Amino acid sequence: MRRILFLILVLFLVSFLTFIIFLKLPATDPARLIAGRQTTPEILAEIRTNLGLDKPWYIQYGRFAKGLVPWPSYFLNEQVYYSYGNFIPVKEELYRRLPVTVALTLGAAVLWLIIGLPIGIVSAIRRRTLADRAGMLFALFGVSAPVFWLGYVMLFVFWFKLGWFPSPGLDIGESIWHAILTGKFILPWVTLSLLFAAFYARMVRGTLIETMSEDYIRSARAKGLSERRVIFKHGLRAALTPVVTMFGLDVGALLGGAIITETIFDLDGVGKYTIDAIYDQDFPVVMGVTIFAAFFIVVANLVVDVLYAVLDPRVRYT
Amino acid sequence: MAEPLLAVKDLKVHFPTEDGLVKAVDGVSFSIMPGETLGVVGESGSGKSVTFLTVMGLIPPGQARIEGEVVFRGQDLLKLPVEEMRNIRGSQIGMIFQDPMTSLHPFYRVGNQIAEAIQAHRKIDKKEAGDQAIDMLRRVGIPRPDERARQYPHEFSGGMRQRAMIAMALSLNPDLLIADEPTTALDVTVQAQILELIDRLKQEFNTAVIIITHDLGVVAEHCDNIQVMYAGKAVEYGYARDIYYDADHPYTWGLLQSIARVDAPRSERLKPIKGLPPSLIFVPSGCPFHPRCPYVFDRCRTEVPQLLPVDGHHASACHLSLEDKDRIFKQEVMVHQ
Repeated sequence: MRRILFLILVLFLVSFLTFIIFLKLPATDPARLIAGRQTTPEILAEIRTNLGLDKPWYIQYGRFAKGLVPWPSYFLNEQVYYSYGNFIPVKEELYRRLPVTVALTLGAAVLWLIIGLPIGIVSAIRRRTLADRAGMLFALFGVSAPVFWLGYVMLFVFWFKLGWFPSPGLDIGESIWHAILTGKFILPWVTLSLLFAAFYARMVRGTLIETMSEDYIRSARAKGLSERRVIFKHGLRAALTPVVTMFGLDVGALLGGAIITETIFDLDGVGKYTIDAIYDQDFPVVMGVTIFAAFFIVVANLVVDVLYAVLDPRVRYT
Repeated sequence: MAEPLLAVKDLKVHFPTEDGLVKAVDGVSFSIMPGETLGVVGESGSGKSVTFLTVMGLIPPGQARIEGEVVFRGQDLLKLPVEEMRNIRGSQIGMIFQDPMTSLHPFYRVGNQIAEAIQAHRKIDKKEAGDQAIDMLRRVGIPRPDERARQYPHEFSGGMRQRAMIAMALSLNPDLLIADEPTTALDVTVQAQILELIDRLKQEFNTAVIIITHDLGVVAEHCDNIQVMYAGKAVEYGYARDIYYDADHPYTWGLLQSIARVDAPRSERLKPIKGLPPSLIFVPSGCPFHPRCPYVFDRCRTEVPQLLPVDGHHASACHLSLEDKDRIFKQEVMVHQ
């Protein structure tokens, strides 16, 4: 219960900050955005009244605040959270785009685990061998390569030059499954997962090396367990616990939108929605996606805390 | 004469490091008979732990240069294939370690950790291994063993954890139990309990025991034989009473004098050995103890003393003449005792 209250408090703070930033920034008047070029002061005033922009700031904020309550009829309620640009409710647009982001995030997450964990494990147990050096070289490349650069290189080489993968972007009305099956997600997955794979490989290597020098590993060997069992049952069990924590937080953060990857590959996900809304100074949308992303992160935190208590018997969940 | 259970012959364990060759163990020989208790005493860095990690095959391959022989029940463990060595570890030689706080895996239930050791060597199902684990916990004096088996190590006190470690090490009824500083991390009252427990189980399981310690006081009543180590070498060996009442090496004298005593006058209570343990890379020439020895003379600086019999069983590695040693021991060390 305390956690739930904490969750709401965090959402409140995030929204308040977002609101303050938009209020203080010399943004274009939303009424002008809606009214278009040809307008009269009367029309502008009417729009302002409709949007509630003529009210004091705390009333304005209050209208948005109601949408923070994580409850179906309140959360991002459609009376307030709709785009100033095309009047589509934020919720509707988010739910339409969410599958794209989820597909991108989960696919990449699986990929970076498949790549990152084995590299980290092999590097740790075959320390200072060729395999370790190769793995860490990969990791160095991965953490050094910026996503925007990597994304364009991928597109240039594998789509434009070699033509191995389809052109970026989903067609209108194309289903997620169709896009996945035709390979449209492969380049985005690789691009997004490389950084994380590299990061996870280094992390797993570090924690596993540390764990393998623990006294209880020596005890495990002393009782005559096979080296395989020592590494996989005793070593990894302890070494992967912090990795699980990290994984939960990373996935939670990415579900709020992988902005750069979605932009490069023209995927209409939550991240692209966010960046477009910021360009258009579409305040309700920015507020909505910010809350939405924050919501994922806070929930991920909650899940990770519970998970940690399950994984580590020394930790009690309160 | 019966075959020794374990005979270590001229064991050398050298670690190549960036700073030079660390001679952690440099020519150690000893043997232990079935059912016997051997105390191995020395400061940190005297090579006592490394010696027995080598016996257990727990020095990672490639990390050290190992020479000599470790003959256990007629076979040289150093020449054994990894898989056969693994089979001996835990089933024929059990080992417990200094810090019971960190020696059990924090994520697994105590009973399961013991059962795992049993299952590593015996083909029995989980249920049966679990029952045997509970039985072992009972035998090491843990109350309500069936409940305790389901708990995690952090729910155990230090003494209880060491008991659990002992239960684990003895669960396959090994011929030899190596206890590496089993009481160092424990409260004094618990120390005595653990040593008594080891004593009792030694009888019960008819197990030979090696107790590694830096505290001569600890092993006094519990060992048949005592070996004193310094800078990777054995400097004195003998029956416990030889070491206590007729010690022949200045280093042993130092250890005897540094046992804390409550009944001695305040000024004499504790006499530390002056100086620090030597570097194991640049071991002093001649007798490695000579820079710290109050009775050093010229020969000590150039010639390495051999571990030679003093009388029958008792041996020491020191250039002092027997008469001198007798005199010094009686005049200076015994007075303190």
